[in-house]
Amino acid sequence: MADAVCTFCGNVCDDVEFDVNTQKGKRLCALGLAKFREKERIKSPMINGKEVSYEEAVEETAEILVNAKKPLLYGWSSTVNEAIRYGIILTEKVGGVYDQCSSVCHAPGTLAIIEEGIPGGSLGTAKNRADVIVFWGCNPLEAHPRHPARYSAMAKGFLIKSRKDRKIVVVDVRKTKSAAMADKFIQIKPGYDYAIISALRALVKGEDIEAREVGGVPKEVLAELADMMKSANYGVIFYGLGITQSRGRDRNVENAVKLIQLLNRHTRWVIWPMRGHYNVVGAGEIPAWEVGFQYAIDFSRGYPRFSPAEFSAVEMLLRKDCDAMLVMSSDPAAHFPWKAVEHMKNIPVIQIDPFPNMTTLLSNVVIPSAVAGIEAEGNVYRMDGIVLRVKKLVDSEYWSDEKIVHEILKAVERRL
Amino acid sequence: MLWIKNGIVVDPKNGIDAERMDIFVKNGKIVNEEDVRKEDCRVIDANNKLVVAGGVDMHAHIAGSKINVGRTMRPEEMRVVRQTAGKLRASMGRVLLTSPAIGYEYARMGYTTAVEAATPPIGAPHTHEELDSIPVVDKASLTVFGNWHPVFKYAADRDREKMKAFIAWALERTKGFGVKVVNPGGVEAWMYGGNVRNLDDEVPKWSVTPREIITELVNANEELNLPHSVHLHCNNLGVPGNYQTTIETIKLVSGIRNDSRQVLHVTHVQFNAYAGSSWRDVASGAAEIAKVVNSMDNVTIDMGQAIFGHATAMTSDAPFQFTLHKLTGSRWVNKDTEIEGGAGIVPITYMPKNPVHALQWAIGLELGLLVESDRVVLSTDYPNGGPYTEYPYVMAMLMSRRMREKELDRVSPYVQKATSLPAIEVEKTLYEVIEMTRSLPARVMGLESKGHLGTGADADIAIYNLNPNDLDPASQYDVVNREFRVPAYTIKDGEIIVKDGNLLKETWGRTYWVDARKKASVDSIDSDLNEFFTEYYTVRRENYGVAEYWMRKPERLEVN
Amino acid sequence: MIEVEVITGRTIDQGKTVEEKFSEEYFNAVNYCEINEQDFKKLGLRDGDRVRVKTDFGEVVVYAKIGDVPEGVIFIPMGPYANRITSDDTDGTGMPRFKGIIGEIEKTDEPVKSVKQLLGVE
Repeated sequence: MADAVCTFCGNVCDDVEFDVNTQKGKRLCALGLAKFREKERIKSPMINGKEVSYEEAVEETAEILVNAKKPLLYGWSSTVNEAIRYGIILTEKVGGVYDQCSSVCHAPGTLAIIEEGIPGGSLGTAKNRADVIVFWGCNPLEAHPRHPARYSAMAKGFLIKSRKDRKIVVVDVRKTKSAAMADKFIQIKPGYDYAIISALRALVKGEDIEAREVGGVPKEVLAELADMMKSANYGVIFYGLGITQSRGRDRNVENAVKLIQLLNRHTRWVIWPMRGHYNVVGAGEIPAWEVGFQYAIDFSRGYPRFSPAEFSAVEMLLRKDCDAMLVMSSDPAAHFPWKAVEHMKNIPVIQIDPFPNMTTLLSNVVIPSAVAGIEAEGNVYRMDGIVLRVKKLVDSEYWSDEKIVHEILKAVERRL
Repeated sequence: MLWIKNGIVVDPKNGIDAERMDIFVKNGKIVNEEDVRKEDCRVIDANNKLVVAGGVDMHAHIAGSKINVGRTMRPEEMRVVRQTAGKLRASMGRVLLTSPAIGYEYARMGYTTAVEAATPPIGAPHTHEELDSIPVVDKASLTVFGNWHPVFKYAADRDREKMKAFIAWALERTKGFGVKVVNPGGVEAWMYGGNVRNLDDEVPKWSVTPREIITELVNANEELNLPHSVHLHCNNLGVPGNYQTTIETIKLVSGIRNDSRQVLHVTHVQFNAYAGSSWRDVASGAAEIAKVVNSMDNVTIDMGQAIFGHATAMTSDAPFQFTLHKLTGSRWVNKDTEIEGGAGIVPITYMPKNPVHALQWAIGLELGLLVESDRVVLSTDYPNGGPYTEYPYVMAMLMSRRMREKELDRVSPYVQKATSLPAIEVEKTLYEVIEMTRSLPARVMGLESKGHLGTGADADIAIYNLNPNDLDPASQYDVVNREFRVPAYTIKDGEIIVKDGNLLKETWGRTYWVDARKKASVDSIDSDLNEFFTEYYTVRRENYGVAEYWMRKPERLEVN
Repeated sequence: MIEVEVITGRTIDQGKTVEEKFSEEYFNAVNYCEINEQDFKKLGLRDGDRVRVKTDFGEVVVYAKIGDVPEGVIFIPMGPYANRITSDDTDGTGMPRFKGIIGEIEKTDEPVKSVKQLLGVE
């Protein structure tokens, strides 16, 4: 058994163990165990289905990127910081567009930060201090299985000595598996998050609301929740894609942030997104310090510009605005709306990934990579922005993402 | 090898005041004339030009989670394009800059060292990743201690040995340079929605006070004999009447001595120098603070000058940031961090006609003028008071009463009655301003090879188109303000990086960190650490901190 | 045929198999929709039956299951099937609407396509 740091979800659990020989693990959840277990790999670098060397694949990639007018370099949430940094510099060099998985996930939360900021805390503050935790539009038991035990619902710490010291609320449109751990489950109508948060803001302020129910929730239930929030010593809202991907999107988050601002005039509250992939936070942090923005960044003018309406991957593909695409450790062919996927069929696509996926089927150049956290090390950002170093447990013939992107960058620089 | 010929050298550490001399550089160091072969030297004609050491910014927020969420929150800051991508990187930002821009802009101003002022301990890996992305300058980061639970425990127990061990352990793990303290006890109180209001307020759930935390940390720091002293952001920041807390805090260290440097550095004092009882009658307490600082020989400060225009407030002083958010209604980021402390970020604009902003601007200058030049460092607490790229403005203001009078005409008249600035006659000399930006910050930090041009110093050199023997800064303030922005040369480790204000190349500086483990028994806290991590942390002790091999160019300074 | 609001999202099985997109397990983890019991009955469905889900953005055939969702709401795990019908309109945010898309659902005899058929590469 070797100490490992899990590279599946945004929890980045650093207390797990895995034995590559026996394929057994300790303290891993079902997702983590699946992550560490051996599975089908891309066998070799390929150009148009033909097996080639890494060097040839790198040269071909550089050729495609340099010759493209506006290449889209997308993904980045399932690799290490070192690779992301080279990826940003690469995008700047080729005058392309950088976008990352947030743009179809938690990026509305970033837009809300631009509007209102974010009153937040690290996971350790929830563990040590939170006597009320609200999971809003998220389903940790299926998406971040160890979150409740390690960081939130069941975690013990400085002020919280047992599960009884804490109240758990789950707000969702359906009765998810996570609803079972709640002291209070509030089922809302799809698309009514914004209205419900507005009602809560009014109630927390001490104002009455005229409606007898909002978004399927009776006024009395909302009033109870508002009271519970006000009387908490330290509360946390963890929110998920139920808020960012439904009607209102960034405005839902913004409204929730305003609710937290208000609650801090009475007691302490923080709010934080349940980020999905293990390094989706890094995919935004690194471009932020390198070029000033988190995602949807265009370099075609020689300097970075941020515009999600123009430069997010889905918008770029829908408008057929990119003439080549590099996909780093992601599967847009499976996870983008169909019309966006269709444009991927018309342009050269380069894929860097350990595993074959639907994007592989559309890719002209395929570059297999070492699995970060098993075959390669590097830094990653946990969902709360805390950096952990994921480990290399076993040697591999595969190149790491860091090396692949660095080599592509060098090959591009030779051509410029 | 370089031969910098006929320059007019100002080098306060070595007592050189505008003397025509040659400077020789070999292997990145300043050497004696006989150590170079002149025919192998590249000659730099510095005839009638000012030759000084590269500037040292000892307090700026340049890397880590705070500035980065600031960038995220404020894309409007990134509409200023300083340089498009080419051989070098695109360089972006108005006041908040991207990491490449931070290094480039320091170099373009003749600054060659910069210290990140506040790293949340668990955020150290992030800070170092960003520091590693800042080109040219040498760097270091200060680790924040003042609201960390183990510090409360060891201060409450008066356990000096364990406090020393904890500092040594933490500096190694965070690859930190020194002990930063921010609103000690106050940030912990904020976890319950409160703050501490004076040095004797007890921290909730801990029988310890700010007075005890500061005193214990200063004593531990001195017993460890770290290169830098405790670096303190006082309690009550931004509160009218706080100058008394500041004075009381400074006096805590009277009687503690260190022969080579101060025993306490109080930072961005402008924000802690307010008299009055509310924002209605707020006034300057700078003169009183200056008196106390001048009367002691073991305390240094930096200004925290406010610059009119855009800024972003970002500190570990989370309760202050919430107050600022309520005051201005602006966007607000808060980040409570494990059992270590917190932070906050709020955009702000300093407007000349706003009485409070004008007061802040005036207080910074009062401190710079009234405190003796061997104990006040020039700073804007970037980006809290504004951009560091305005240091030349501050230098010119300190040197010219006429410039100050002109500026006073455009600011709120409130400063006329609430501060002593209009009456201050002091005009700092060029020598003094070079001291405040070079030799003093280097001495305060304990960076012996920085801030001067003596033999053995790092060859970090700035050359400006100013002839000290032919310059009257009091009347030629516009020349001073202009030329300090555009060095004829910036030389870093003996390499020419900037010529005539243009950036020629990108190099990578060191990151200094302090290893004090030999001076303490880290083993003595082993079981305590295991308990802290098991009970309160969300990461394992083994995975906490930064390893040297992750860093681009670490330089360990061992304390013996 | 009934009108529904479509929700998509993660499930534990989708997560476990997301790096094995060509496995039977992944196919089974993403190729169905959860329907409220009343709606299920209304559509005359039985276990193993298939439904056609249609929105303004496309249509897809998936297996039908009873799930803990309100009447008038169906849930499809995120993945290639869900994305045949999710909204590609981002309202300028860059974020497609993956949740809360209005559509209709009916029983069908058509087969559920394989992942490759869906992509049009087989």
